[in-house]
Amino acid sequence: MSMLELAHLKKYFATQKAVDDISFTVEKGTIFGLLGPNGAGKTTLIRMITGIFYPDEGNILLNGNKFKADEDSARIGYMPEERGLYKKMKIGEQAIYFARLKGLTASEANKQVKDWFVRFEMQSWWNKKIEDLSKGMAQKLQFVITVLHKPELIILDEPFSGLDPVNANLIKDEIFRLAANGSSIIFSTHRMEQVEEICNQIILINKGKKILDGTVVNVKQEFKENLFRITANPLPAHFPEDLFEVLSKKEESLTIRIKNGHTPNEVLRYFIDQQSNVSAFTELLPSLNEIFIKLVEGTSLSRQFQPIQS
Amino acid sequence: MNKIGLIIRREYITRIRNKTFLISTFLLPIIIVLGIAGTVYLAIKGKTNHRIAVSDQNGYFKDYLKSDSSIFFDFSPGIDTLNYAEKNCSAVLIIPVLNEGQKTIYRLKYKKQLGLTNVDDLEKRINSAITDHMIFTKTNISRSRLDSIRAASDLGELKTFSDEGKKSQASSQGLSYAIGYTCGFLIYLLTFIYGAMVMRGVSEEKTSRVAEVIVSSVKPFPLMVGKIIGIGAVGLTQFLLWIVLGIVLFTVAQAFLPHELLQEVNNIQQANAMGNAQMAQSSEAARQIFEFKQSVQGTNWILIISCYIFYFTGGYLFYASLFAAVGSVVNEDPQEAQSLLLPITMPIIFSFIIMSIAIQDPGGSLAVWASMIPFSSPIVMMARIAYGVPTTVPYWQLLLSMALLAGGFLLTTWMAGRIYRTGILMYGKKPTWKTMWKWAFKA
Repeated sequence: MSMLELAHLKKYFATQKAVDDISFTVEKGTIFGLLGPNGAGKTTLIRMITGIFYPDEGNILLNGNKFKADEDSARIGYMPEERGLYKKMKIGEQAIYFARLKGLTASEANKQVKDWFVRFEMQSWWNKKIEDLSKGMAQKLQFVITVLHKPELIILDEPFSGLDPVNANLIKDEIFRLAANGSSIIFSTHRMEQVEEICNQIILINKGKKILDGTVVNVKQEFKENLFRITANPLPAHFPEDLFEVLSKKEESLTIRIKNGHTPNEVLRYFIDQQSNVSAFTELLPSLNEIFIKLVEGTSLSRQFQPIQS
Repeated sequence: MNKIGLIIRREYITRIRNKTFLISTFLLPIIIVLGIAGTVYLAIKGKTNHRIAVSDQNGYFKDYLKSDSSIFFDFSPGIDTLNYAEKNCSAVLIIPVLNEGQKTIYRLKYKKQLGLTNVDDLEKRINSAITDHMIFTKTNISRSRLDSIRAASDLGELKTFSDEGKKSQASSQGLSYAIGYTCGFLIYLLTFIYGAMVMRGVSEEKTSRVAEVIVSSVKPFPLMVGKIIGIGAVGLTQFLLWIVLGIVLFTVAQAFLPHELLQEVNNIQQANAMGNAQMAQSSEAARQIFEFKQSVQGTNWILIISCYIFYFTGGYLFYASLFAAVGSVVNEDPQEAQSLLLPITMPIIFSFIIMSIAIQDPGGSLAVWASMIPFSSPIVMMARIAYGVPTTVPYWQLLLSMALLAGGFLLTTWMAGRIYRTGILMYGKKPTWKTMWKWAFKA
């Protein structure tokens, strides 16, 4: 049974089909990347999962049961892209307040907040106000507030923006730890290198529709273009064009594309036959960044408004 | 619901703890009292002295038009309509030949505007001068005798009693007026202050995106209601502090009165209780204090305070949700709020204007109607209640007004809640009236 299951979710606004028939599942303990260009419908999708919006059509199942915003809000932690904290409220009180809104008792909330503040070395912040914090510090606090109540599903929208590498690592380690403890994490970002590093599974949406779904490994395999890098000395004087094509050459390294119907072993054998000493031979998988650009490019750059007949 | 309680608590505690709350609670009454005292002082002190030249060819008025501190009549013969300004007079009054039994036109020429009250005053003086002159010519009673008769006859004083069946309660119109006006004014002022506080709170949550975090735990409606109730509780706390402050000041003021005076006041009280009116023997000051005490004691404070609490709360709830709806649709730019606020602030300002008319005539039809309609009832009804229930305001009117107000705020809260729940998560363009109407009644 999946932790979260979305089936044929639709949400139309007056001028846009913000989410147009999207389905996917998130398994327990996975880190799930929700990708898409600006205005693709990510925020609307997230708002439906967090119960802020009701879908026009479709179902959201949480652990196999129909999602009920009132009862299930305690099982979800949501960190929106634009941070939301009360500027004039003391930090300790604020964290407790948000934890209690999620249904923790006063003493439980107090204990959790103290634990997290110790873990993130934030104890001295207790009586400060948000306006005294830097952007990165507020970010850390926001993360703590999101995960305080031990949600089963954590939704993070651009959690690393504005964080220095040390704090980014701190949060990254926490994300891995939470996933290892069984929480599912939906991670929405534009930073593809972070997705590659963190996520097990991704979906890509564009213009309200899902255009890609799979594990990071599978997606890369799916979009690979038989590119390899080979480093050898000396390079053969002549390359067989029916076997591979040389895309670029840099000193002793070649980037090649192996023609369809041929295998990497054949290429290696050719090099060996040519008395060339191969020192490195690796497959070049496309980065998610390239896949993203490839899939989204060509569609009009910004989303157009269109009238909806409903 | 437990969560709404948390929201109320947060809204209440963060505001009560704020230093500005304490400061405003104690400064506001002081500022209001100083303001009133200042205006009264200026009104008394600021009366300009006018010198008015009188061109009285027949000499009728020379002895009858009397100068005093506010108007000085200059009868010097050289003054006429051409040169009065050079002789330091602000106007010239031209007295024509008097024709008995006919209305005579007096003309006043001025370089410097005299003002409405001065002109009124002048007209009265002219008329009494005519009467005096007539009395003199018809009866030969001299001016000085007339004055001494006048002085001797200045004794009458009208006392009002509100008729409540068995006992007649001595009432003070002045005190009722003061209480009514103060209550109406306070509700007017506080509706604005606390309404704006609700609006700012909502718009702060929206622009800082706190709303998005909270709405993922709590539905927008309880969030709005929690904020409104929390801030309303702050208003009530402030009111209770004012009552305490008032009682303390009243007691302190009594302690400062001289002991003999208090003794005298007690004497009157005892004398009154025994049924013989020996008022004449006591000093004027003691009598006034006694009367003030009596009318303060005669006022039904419990009724007034409980009605104030009801109408403050009702009026606040009626308007606060509308303020919340405005706060939810505007973005960072506070100017956007201006045009949206107009339809909310106009009825409040109109209610205040109606209240100042209604307080002159608390039983009039304008007062009765305005105290029924929920838009204006919180402010106008308070002004009427001070004159007495059930004498000035019958019970049925009070109950109907309360029921309508309760229905009114349920309606505005429902409507505002629907605008709020959409507005709080919408960024970008400010919605038009049409879209907001759709949010409220269609979606």
